[in-house]
Order: sequence, then C-alpha cells, then structure tokens
Amino acid sequence: MYRQLVLIRRFEEHAAEAYAQAKIGGFLHLYIGEEAVAVGAINAVRETDHLLTHYRDHGYALVRGCDPKACMAELFGREDGLCHGRGGSMHLAEAARHFWGGYAIVGSHIPIGAGMAYAMQYQERDEVVLDFFGDGATGNGIFHEGLSMAALWNLPVIFICENNLYGMGATLAEESPVSEMRIKAEGYTMPSIQCDGMDVLSVYEALGKAAEHCRSGKGPYFVEAMTYRFRGHSMADPELYRDKSEVQRWRVRDPIPSFGDWCVEHGVCSSQELAQINEEVEGEMLEAVAFAEQSPWPDPAEVGRWIYAKPIDPESPARSEGAGAAVPLTSDAGV
Amino acid sequence: MSLVSYRDAVRSALRDEMLRDQRVILMGEDITGYGGSYAVTKGLVEEFGPKRVMETPIAEAGIVGFAVGAAMGGLIPVAELMTVNFALLALDQIVNSAAKCHYMFGGQWSVPLVVRTVSGFGQLGPTHSQTFEGWFASVPGLKVVMPATPADARGLLLAAIRDPDPVIFIEHSLLYSTKGELPEGEAADEEVPIGSAKVVRAGTDVTLVAYSRMLLQALQAAEELERSDGVSCEVVDLRTLRPVDYPTVVESVRRTHQLVLCGEDWRTGGFGASLLSELSDRCFDDLDAPIQRVASPDVPMAYSRQLERSLIPTSDEVVEVVRRLN
Ligand SMILES: Cc1ncc(C[n+]2csc(CCOP(=O)(O)OP(=O)(O)O)c2C)c(N)n1
Ligand SMILES: [Mg+2]
Repeated sequence: MYRQLVLIRRFEEHAAEAYAQAKIGGFLHLYIGEEAVAVGAINAVRETDHLLTHYRDHGYALVRGCDPKACMAELFGREDGLCHGRGGSMHLAEAARHFWGGYAIVGSHIPIGAGMAYAMQYQERDEVVLDFFGDGATGNGIFHEGLSMAALWNLPVIFICENNLYGMGATLAEESPVSEMRIKAEGYTMPSIQCDGMDVLSVYEALGKAAEHCRSGKGPYFVEAMTYRFRGHSMADPELYRDKSEVQRWRVRDPIPSFGDWCVEHGVCSSQELAQINEEVEGEMLEAVAFAEQSPWPDPAEVGRWIYAKPIDPESPARSEGAGAAVPLTSDAGV
Repeated sequence: MSLVSYRDAVRSALRDEMLRDQRVILMGEDITGYGGSYAVTKGLVEEFGPKRVMETPIAEAGIVGFAVGAAMGGLIPVAELMTVNFALLALDQIVNSAAKCHYMFGGQWSVPLVVRTVSGFGQLGPTHSQTFEGWFASVPGLKVVMPATPADARGLLLAAIRDPDPVIFIEHSLLYSTKGELPEGEAADEEVPIGSAKVVRAGTDVTLVAYSRMLLQALQAAEELERSDGVSCEVVDLRTLRPVDYPTVVESVRRTHQLVLCGEDWRTGGFGASLLSELSDRCFDDLDAPIQRVASPDVPMAYSRQLERSLIPTSDEVVEVVRRLN
C-alpha cells in the first residue's frame, strides 16, 4: 500500500510538471493529499469488485493496476493512452480490471453504480460496486436519486464520499446544510461509517466493513472519508478561497509519511526499504513520462471511431428496402 | 391477417424480446400495477415479475443513469420515460453518460440501452405537449427512431433492443390506437433496420418527408392532393432520425424535384431545420423550388382546444404548402 501511495503522488507530480509545460491540456484534477482513500478502499475489496469514480481519477486507476504508462499517455492525449486519447485525465477506464471509469458530470456516476450493482444482484454475481465522489456531489439531485434507488432495491453498492471540505471553491458551509455527508444517507436508511481519509488503515477498515455488509446481501453502505486536497481543485485553480496556513495544517497529516512511519514503527519494513520504494517508483514515473512523450498522436482520420459499437451507414449501398407499397393504416387519432 | 394497434405492437416487441433474452429488463414510472401511463406495459409485470419489470421512483435522470449502469453490468435495460417532456430531466444521463461511454473510454464497452418515450399532445398544456426529437438526434452516440406504424414500431423496437448502442425510441400518444398489420410467421422476428427510411407511397410530383404522427398527415394530404389537384405525392417515412437515411430521400427528390419536410417540432432549431440544411445541399441540383417545411409555430402549446388546433401541423397545412409550390 505504501508503494501505491507513492505511485499516485509521484505520478501526479510528474503530471503537474507536464501540465506546466503544456504537454497536458484541459483539466487536470490532482488527488494529492487524498491518496489514502483510493489505496485503503481498493485494497480492502476484491479485484473483481467494480469501481466508478469522479474526474479526480488517477489514483483509483493506478491502485487498480492500470499501467502508469498508459495512464500518462492518456493525459498526454496519445494513441497508447488507456482510452486512446478520447477521454483524457477525467476519463480513465479499464474494463478488464473492472475499473469503469471517471465521470466528469458531478454526481452522474452515482446512479450508474447503483445500476451496475443491480446487474450483479440480478445475475447473482458475488461482486460489489464501489462508487467514489466528493462532498459537492451530494448537493446534486442525482446523488439522491441514486441513493434512493440503491436503498429501495437493497443493492450491493458502497458509496464513498470523499469529504475534502470543498467543491471547487465552495466551502462545506456554503454548499451543504449539514457538514457530515453521511447524514444525507440516513434518510435513505443506509448504514454509514466515517473514517479518517488521511489514514490508509482507517479507510481500509471502513471499506472492509462496508464490503462485508454488501456482500452478505444487506444492501448499500455509505462511507464518508474525511480528507483534504493539498493542491487546487484543478491546475486552473488560483485557490483564493482558502488560507495557505490551512493547507499547511493539513499537510502535517500527509498520508504518505505518516503511513511510512507506521510501517517502520510496526516493523513492516525499514526506512531504507521505504526509500528504495520511493526511488523505484520515481524511476517508473520517469519511464511513464518518456513513454507518453514518445507515444504517437492518434490519427485524426480515426477521430470518428467508437462513436458507436455498431455504426450504421445509410449511405452504404447494402442498405435495405427501397420504394414499397403503402402500409395499410387506420387511424382513430383525430386531429 | 389481423390488425394490431401501435400500442400492442410495442408491447409485443417488449414481450418477445423478454422471452427471448433473460437480460432484457424494463424499468419506469407506473409501468407495473398501473400498466404504463399509455398502457403499453400492461400485464408484463404479472408475466415476468418485478425483477424484470421494475417500478421506479419518479427520478428520470436516476432511471437512465441506473439503466446505463445495468447495461454496463451485462443487462439490456429498456427504460420508459413517461413522456418526452419529462425526459428533459434525464438529458444529462442520455447525452453525457449513455451517448459518451463507448467513445470516451476508447471503445472498451458499449451501452446497450433503449429509452422509450412519448411525444404528443391533446389539451395537455404548455409543459406536456412538446416534441424534442431534434435535441436527441443532434447527439453523436445516440440512435434515434420514431416509428409511425405498428409494424415499424415492432420492427424498430426489436432492432433497438438488439442494438449494442443507446437508442432513443420515441412513440406518439396519438398513434397508440392506430392499427395496422404486423408481419407474421418467421417474418415476425424480423427487425426493421435502424437507419432506413421507407417510401410508403409512390408519386411523381412532390416528395413529402415525414415521420411519426406527421406521416399519417402527409399520407392524408397526398390523397387529398391527388383527388382535388391531380398532384402526385411521393411520401417517405423517415423512421430513423439518427442516422438519417438521406439516400432514400435524395433518390425520391431526383424523381419529383420538389420537397416538403413535415414535422411537429418548432420551426426554429427543430429537427426539420437540420434536415433542410443537409437536404438543400444534397438535392440542390435536382430541386425546382426551395424546400418547404411544415412545422409548429414558435409558440408554447396552449391548452384551449381552439388555440391548440391553431398550433398543430395538420394534413391541411401540408396540402396548402404543396399547393403554394405548384
Ligand atoms: C453537474 C456539474 N456541475 C458543475 C461542474 C463543475 N465542477 C467540477 S468539479 C466541481 C466540484 C465538485 O466538488 P466535489 O464533489 O466535492 O468533488 P472534489 O472535486 O472536491 O473531489 C464542480 C462544481 C460539473 N463538472 N458538473
Ligand atoms: Mg470536495
């Protein structure tokens, strides 16, 4: 898990650098500071369990085992990207790993997760769905529609709200009548738990409990991970809405060194081993950036590829039915 | 051969596909005990049970989002949105989730989903009498069909359910009781291909392009024009609004040299506007006169019977437009 924390951090630091050099365009939402949530949560469930997330999605992809090279290439908009440059930073996905992607319309993937959980229940597949989103998403009607249906039909889905105290720049106090998002789940009779999103073990434990609940057929579960993003909402954020001192206070609780210390204290590994991991990951990330830079651009002639799984071309000569006899019709439609 | 209503034709397609494929499920508001607000799903929950015919909360966006997820998880959901007016609440899920997943994730998975909804009017007032097919048809990633006859309703719904992409299937409330023949025997299982228009009446002087309820109006106008004016109209039922079968229309215009587009949507920005733009390009050299449109005036639909009548495109209006041409 330590390696994964560092992997996300270093991946994103390199991505930020590439963004500053205009090698990555558009939106880039960094997860820095919140890594413990993805790492703790995804490690607590099975590889076959399903993941859906919001647009701040690099962490989940990397923890689920998506190739950092392909992830970086996607950010660079290249052909070797995870989605061949069609999606970009906000839309990483790898179906083979049951990572069903980042969604960038706030809250939109909440009912999608519920629907997927229904499909699992319907097919009697012993797989649960993890659906990650932010505190801001709970203000949207779609959040409530999704939770309502998940509870109504007792579906195996875990809603994980990463409460990082802000939407883009809106504070919790400005965007929500309650400061704890799990209270919103109560109205749907959904059991919930709050965990420390800066502590990978706290998240791990919470998700273990939630997954067991879901897998035993008891219906959905709501996890609220209290966390904080150290960087702006996206690279475009001048961060006018918060004090530097507030960020500094949270940085003291950085999930990476604190988990590193825990590992050393508990004899899981030595500080030399941690340093070794840091170094290895840094090497991998340099490779990922180099790979992304060298990956070819997607061919503009192929830009229309994948609009449909089954494209239909009425212009093709093979199309059916030309002039025919009039269809017999009787109408009581009036008007 | 017996005559079957448009409503029963839709139901028969749903039922047969549910019998054929366990993965097909229905979901929507009041589709179980109530039987659907237009009684299309009547009897299906009794036959297939509540796991396959799901009564949902009044949550249009949630319903479609849920259906997208169910499709990604291996099912084939057919979501009913009570009318197209309420489908507006689900636009985000239709446009940003259903229509985008296959593309934005690089073709990794498709979303085999049908959204059935209903256009129409009948003194329902400004919020319940609208038609928005042009909005859906403008979105790459969606397929949009609007059948006019029972046979096409059945055949296109079979095609929609078997299609791996999201299909918006728009019925018309004033067509539900219309009757027509359905193919029987082996032909009953045949799909009407998405993306194919059909010449439903041959003619030599003018091409009338229509779909859904306006097809009936166009056919009525064609009879009237034949009878009173000796004008021979060819009538093309578009059937699919995305992708449009332009070649069938263009071939027809090549014979008739005149074109009238008939729709119920608003004149400004309506689906007919987009059709007109494309067809004026494609048919320019064959046209003897500018393409004409029959459409609704840019006014919200009023409740009063008299006012409503003044807004709804009818066969009389089609006749008038053709007379002006000739
Ligand atoms: C429906 C919608 N409205 C607005 C936006 C713009 N937007 C993107 S992220 C965001 C804030 C979301 O905050 P939160 O859910 O707390 O997630 P966080 O970014 O903090 O992880 C907003 C308003 C959007 N993408 N989608
Ligand atoms: Mg937030």
